[in-house]
Amino acid sequence: MTESKNLRQLLINLGYDPVDGFNEGRKIGILILLAGLLLLTACIAVVMGAYSITTTDVYRVILVHLTFGDVSTLPRLHNTIVWDIRVPRIILAISVGGALAIAGAVFQGVFRNPLVEPYILGVSSGAAFGAALGIVFPHIFFSIQISAFIFGALAVTLAYMLARVRGETPIVTLILAGVIIGSIFAAFVSLLKYISDDTALREIVFWLMGGFYYATWSDVWLLTPFVIICFIILWGLGWKLNILSMGDEEARTLGVNPERYKFIVVALATAVTAFAVSLVGIIAWVGLMMPHAARMLLGPDNRYVIPAALMMGGTYLIICDTLARTLTTAEIPVGILASILGAPYLCYLLRHKGRVIFG
Amino acid sequence: MLDVTNIHFNYDDFPVLSGVSFSVGEGELCGLFGPNGSGKTTLFKCCLRFLQARDGTVRMCGEDTYTRSIEEMARMVAYVPQEHKPPFPYLVREVVLMGRTPHLGGFFGVRRRDKEIAMDALAELGITDLADRPYNQLSGGQRQMVLMARALAQQTPVLFLDEPTSALDFQNQMRIWKIMRDIAEDGKTILACSHDPNHVAWFCDRVVVVGDGKIVADGAPADVISEDILSQIYRDTCCVRSVNGVQMVMPQSVAERCCCTGHLHHGNGHDHPFPPDGMRVEDQS
Repeated sequence: MTESKNLRQLLINLGYDPVDGFNEGRKIGILILLAGLLLLTACIAVVMGAYSITTTDVYRVILVHLTFGDVSTLPRLHNTIVWDIRVPRIILAISVGGALAIAGAVFQGVFRNPLVEPYILGVSSGAAFGAALGIVFPHIFFSIQISAFIFGALAVTLAYMLARVRGETPIVTLILAGVIIGSIFAAFVSLLKYISDDTALREIVFWLMGGFYYATWSDVWLLTPFVIICFIILWGLGWKLNILSMGDEEARTLGVNPERYKFIVVALATAVTAFAVSLVGIIAWVGLMMPHAARMLLGPDNRYVIPAALMMGGTYLIICDTLARTLTTAEIPVGILASILGAPYLCYLLRHKGRVIFG
Repeated sequence: MLDVTNIHFNYDDFPVLSGVSFSVGEGELCGLFGPNGSGKTTLFKCCLRFLQARDGTVRMCGEDTYTRSIEEMARMVAYVPQEHKPPFPYLVREVVLMGRTPHLGGFFGVRRRDKEIAMDALAELGITDLADRPYNQLSGGQRQMVLMARALAQQTPVLFLDEPTSALDFQNQMRIWKIMRDIAEDGKTILACSHDPNHVAWFCDRVVVVGDGKIVADGAPADVISEDILSQIYRDTCCVRSVNGVQMVMPQSVAERCCCTGHLHHGNGHDHPFPPDGMRVEDQS
């Protein structure tokens, strides 16, 4: 009894003070369920793989690591496969899926358009160009990841600067600027593909399709904390994002400085997208679909959509990646699977829930 | 309560407002009236600081708004925009709750009290039954009511309304004006744009007429909505009659055709038949 009272007080302190009709209890319930689903998916995915290890063995490895037990008692092969390959891969999939999904939710809110995705400002084309540079000229651009991140961020910065007129960044100009910058970088990528040799070309194409083949713990340590920080900040700005999605003038009269907050949330969402893309390549659809799915479940309030999108994005990419590495003996790039699985879902949305989602 | 002094505003080199000054007292319902392109909306936006005036000051509650932050402004003045459709299906109660934003703090900030204030605002306008409907699927009149409720929930001493009745049917127009009157009786100061001379004459405490970037007239509606002034801004299309003591503005052509029982309220010297070019009834909306 006291426990539930404490929990209630904690929720009130966090700002969740339920009032009849606002349905907050139900929404929090859904969020908890989604978190459970994410955990469950991860637990199942870790057991699956090309090399079969029994469930008990898999969890013994994880348990030993989590309790800081003696790793040398474990079979070397099991340890490597589970702890060094599968676990970081799953955590990376959660981080990337979550990052793209929250970035998508943020961009859709700020740009007041439910069809926007995180790549709208050209981050994917910029990152692709950076990665291609790294692949074609490995001596000059020593790291594909860093190069991809730099050019991804550069593309968005250029788009933002291009769109800025008289101290304001109107949405239409911003989207157009993103399209322009995106197509310029896409052309550069084509140019690089044209001049590269066969090996490099193959690598570029694979990078563009996205995948978690090379996931390591160091990638996880780089990306995951960053995603968590961005998530917490953006979640905290969820209410302001609701206001921003009503339009600049209304945001102003409601006491939210549109230019300042647009800049903050776009910068954070872009950074997290560029980071994710630079590590695993371009994975489409997640950033477009997951915010929609979250909105279908919870309504458009971004205070709920952002955490829900994070968890659904993570779950979705784990599923895609697990399929990618288990369906066939050779691995299918996860970007392809994400698109194949995603398109029918969007068709369904458009045909059946169009009015609810698109207004 | 609201003092606007000598506002000048240019769009690039084109002057829109040149030296506009007026003031509205506390608890007054003031109508801002003028033809299309007269600078009404620009004046509105300068007062709300959406646009930066080249010259002049706007004082609200005794404070110069140009020294205030956006957050502080939002606690002083609420704005009801012309009806619009947001892209996401926020519920009506969520839209109204957005009015509480300038009073929020903390990580999420929305407290029980804020939700209760939002629900009270809905109840005050008698639209509690809309609370769980998606805002962007309502009719224009309902949306206007919701935006009014949001402005009430913002609990500011000053309210600005941009053509609150322009998209509504007659019944809803009267409803909105009655609500504005009630709000003004509660001691709030309201500035409302309108295109309908009858509405401002019937419901406002005071009318400011804008024409060509300047104030044409400013005062009680009975004095301001006269044939003299209307013929100045609408080029001889209106005439003002009195029906049982209630002032009515009507197109000259209609007044001539019907020959109302009413008498000429404010003569402007036109006692001869109007010239043919005066017969044109221009679209006033």
